[in-house]
Amino acid sequence: MPAVQETIDQVRLIDVDQYKYGFETEVEMEKSPKGLSEDVIRFISAKKGEPEWMLQWRLDAYKRWLTMKEPAWARVSYDKIDYNDIYYYAAPKKNQAPKSLDEVDPEILKTYEKLGIPLREQEILAGVEPQRRVAVDAVFDSVSVATTFKEELAKAGVIFMPISEAIREYPDLVRQYMGSVVPVTDNFFATLNSAVFTDGSFVYIPPGVRCPMELSTYFRINEKNTGQFERTLIIADKGSYVSYLEGCTAPKRDENQLHAAVVELIALDDAEIKYSTVQNWYPGDAQGKGGIYNFVTKRGDCRGKNSVITWTQVETGSAITWKYPSCILRGDNSRGEFYSIAVSNGMQQVDSGTKMIHLGKNTTSRIISKGIAAGRSENTYRGLVSAHRKATGARNFTNCDSLLIGNQCGAHTVPYIESKNATAVFEHEATTSKISEDQMFYCQQRGLSEEEATALIVNGFVKDVLQHLPMEFAVEAQKLISISLEGSVG
Amino acid sequence: MADVTLMKTPAETALAQAFESAKTSLPGQAESRAQAFEQFTQRGLPHRRVEEFKYTDLRAMMREIAPFAGVPAADEARAALAGAKALASVKALQVPFVNGHFVREAVDFHNLPENVEIVPLAEALAENHDWLARLSPVPWANDNPVYQLNTSFMADGVMIRIAGPVEMPVHLRFVTSAASAVATATRILVVVEEGASVTLLETHESTDGANHQPNDVIEMIAGDRTNVQHVRINAEGDKALALSTLAARIGGDALFNSINVVAGSATSRHQVFAVLDGENTNLRVNGATMLKGVQHADSTLVVEHAAPHCESRELFKTVIDNEATGVFQGKIIVPHHAQKTDGRMMSAALLLEEGGSMNNKPELEIFADDVQCAHGATCGQLDEDLLFYLMARGLPKKEAERLLVQAFLGEALEFVENEAAREALIETVEGWLKART
Repeated sequence: MPAVQETIDQVRLIDVDQYKYGFETEVEMEKSPKGLSEDVIRFISAKKGEPEWMLQWRLDAYKRWLTMKEPAWARVSYDKIDYNDIYYYAAPKKNQAPKSLDEVDPEILKTYEKLGIPLREQEILAGVEPQRRVAVDAVFDSVSVATTFKEELAKAGVIFMPISEAIREYPDLVRQYMGSVVPVTDNFFATLNSAVFTDGSFVYIPPGVRCPMELSTYFRINEKNTGQFERTLIIADKGSYVSYLEGCTAPKRDENQLHAAVVELIALDDAEIKYSTVQNWYPGDAQGKGGIYNFVTKRGDCRGKNSVITWTQVETGSAITWKYPSCILRGDNSRGEFYSIAVSNGMQQVDSGTKMIHLGKNTTSRIISKGIAAGRSENTYRGLVSAHRKATGARNFTNCDSLLIGNQCGAHTVPYIESKNATAVFEHEATTSKISEDQMFYCQQRGLSEEEATALIVNGFVKDVLQHLPMEFAVEAQKLISISLEGSVG
Repeated sequence: MADVTLMKTPAETALAQAFESAKTSLPGQAESRAQAFEQFTQRGLPHRRVEEFKYTDLRAMMREIAPFAGVPAADEARAALAGAKALASVKALQVPFVNGHFVREAVDFHNLPENVEIVPLAEALAENHDWLARLSPVPWANDNPVYQLNTSFMADGVMIRIAGPVEMPVHLRFVTSAASAVATATRILVVVEEGASVTLLETHESTDGANHQPNDVIEMIAGDRTNVQHVRINAEGDKALALSTLAARIGGDALFNSINVVAGSATSRHQVFAVLDGENTNLRVNGATMLKGVQHADSTLVVEHAAPHCESRELFKTVIDNEATGVFQGKIIVPHHAQKTDGRMMSAALLLEEGGSMNNKPELEIFADDVQCAHGATCGQLDEDLLFYLMARGLPKKEAERLLVQAFLGEALEFVENEAAREALIETVEGWLKART
């Protein structure tokens, strides 16, 4: 059965020609020389005032990168990227270490205003929902322009700052954890990122602390011919909790811009990290011209026992998405979750999914993925669930559905399920009606139709994170998750 | 990853030498053999970096190449066939092979059942028979290295034409009786003409203790309104490395039912490549695999729904004991025009003991928007509740386990239409379970 009209209409609302964040901001920028070389890396490192060890780390990564080949296994195709035709560093000139928002270029502030990102703390306090406060780190091309609520967070012991600052102020923490989840040599794009990363967020939640507000980073690519290489590192120490949101947009351009980020999460004993992404990079036009190449390595390490990492992603942007937020379930009884909605329109190509690597005892994971392909797009779910020899009692449930709108697009599913432990129980399901018969029965018994019940249950997983999104497009995200998957093809 | 040109492995070098010395004596089709071998050589033996062979690394598994088997002496062939046991209880037209060579004497060509025609492949190749044009009904199979090796080395086989309904099953019986390791490459073509029906049995047996390397390809062209029931058993010897391919092109309004039961060989890989070429066709591909020790079995399946309104059902059951490894790779392809396709693929594995492993990869590739495709994969141990239920009723644990495993595999077997064959398969399962305790 083809998709229902309501779904078609909803997907149409976010079609590539409806992109709302495609405007450009005129600010004077300072850039590194074009191309990639040791000198450029030294330039970036010097700009950030980094210690010697960091520079060495970058240079080692660069040397390694030179020997690597771009991966070709993903189901995406694009013209060869000329890595020497990109500016690896671009920062607003007037933004040399602003001490307060008043020193930030008003043009940039306007940009964030337009995007609906609250950068002024008092505005947020005076907002409609005063009880919901969100600390924001705003990254504009290669630098962080503002971070809000720093003092208040510091009172709770929470460190929330641009990573370039953290490298200077908390070198021991950064050194201990950076690269411990995504090693420098992990993959082509991660290695590139390790060599040239410019900014991103650093979060440290001390033991036993429940982060008093949601943290978020808003990434904006603005300058032409640049790439954005952000690096985020979140450490939740024993018994702590943090919810982190990430949003991204870029101007409409005919050229393709590269965004190669690395995100590392570390959850120690009894800690919990919720990481949510609303990815809305410019997707290119209906003919597939322009758009962001989103080649991202995201990985969480449930290092301690009873730790939890949850990835939630709403993917609507980017010309090409290549990303697999993963969980390494190392600690006993740790839990990994992945909720994803990927909508592709126009000529977009999405190859996304997750990896749940069960190493510890009694580890559990859940994967709920919805892929919706429209226009002439290609939408691939690629996921790995594996249990190693010692992962006694590991448990996984996977449900991945895809829906096609029109017959010019493609939806693909490539799951890998590898079990090396007899007590591990893995289930991979692709039929919506199989979610949980008990829950379905409960809902249907109370008068909901099967479809309503399914929507309710699936949305129940995702909603608790998404309904708290502070950004303007939270509304869209909400709409998206309520999209019916009636006519889902499995 | 740096660009590295790999040296040829000893096995690859041995294959090249074997091809060099055999190519003049192999019957016919010199050009297509050379072409297939050239294609194979370009990439060599597939290894774990080759996606389709990710879980079955032939470069690591085929360290040596066994010499290709010669034609057996008449009495040797007779003795080998007399000792063959697989599906022996099913009354069928016997089409036997010993050491990869067709045993002509065993077939009474003058009294073949109605609607059955058989042409020995070696002769056909040498004479450039008309039917040869129908070989390779699934063009993309030519890209597969195992298939390429078969095309390069195929020494014998038969071509069978089914012109109408055939009552008696046709039994392709492969026996390798050589005491030391041999390699074989056979090719079978079965053409089932419009409206015809046939039950094909295919059994593979070989001597224990020898590293035999059979590589068999069965190709089928089933026309419109045909009914094909295919039952295959791998009962190879305990050291064999068995590679096999079923490549089928199926017309409209047809029924096609194939099952592969793995009860032997140290390492095996069975590939099914099916193209549904006409509307309203119903395809079922099942598998039942029983593994113990350090056995390795790979079931690879690609189904292309090239026409709308077709239904395909794939059910693969794997039981893994000790430290054995099971692999299932399935892929359903639905192109733009194949609307109203209904495909369902399921792989379920039981790990009986600590140490076993299972790799599942149920893939979907869909381009049409009005289709239903589901895929599922499960992996785990026997359900404790079910065990408890049976034990509470007085069954000893082993007995309860046996019953549950039998029921688990039975699901895949129940679609076998031929009663005698189904019974024989169930007996095979029972035999395997008995040997376990």
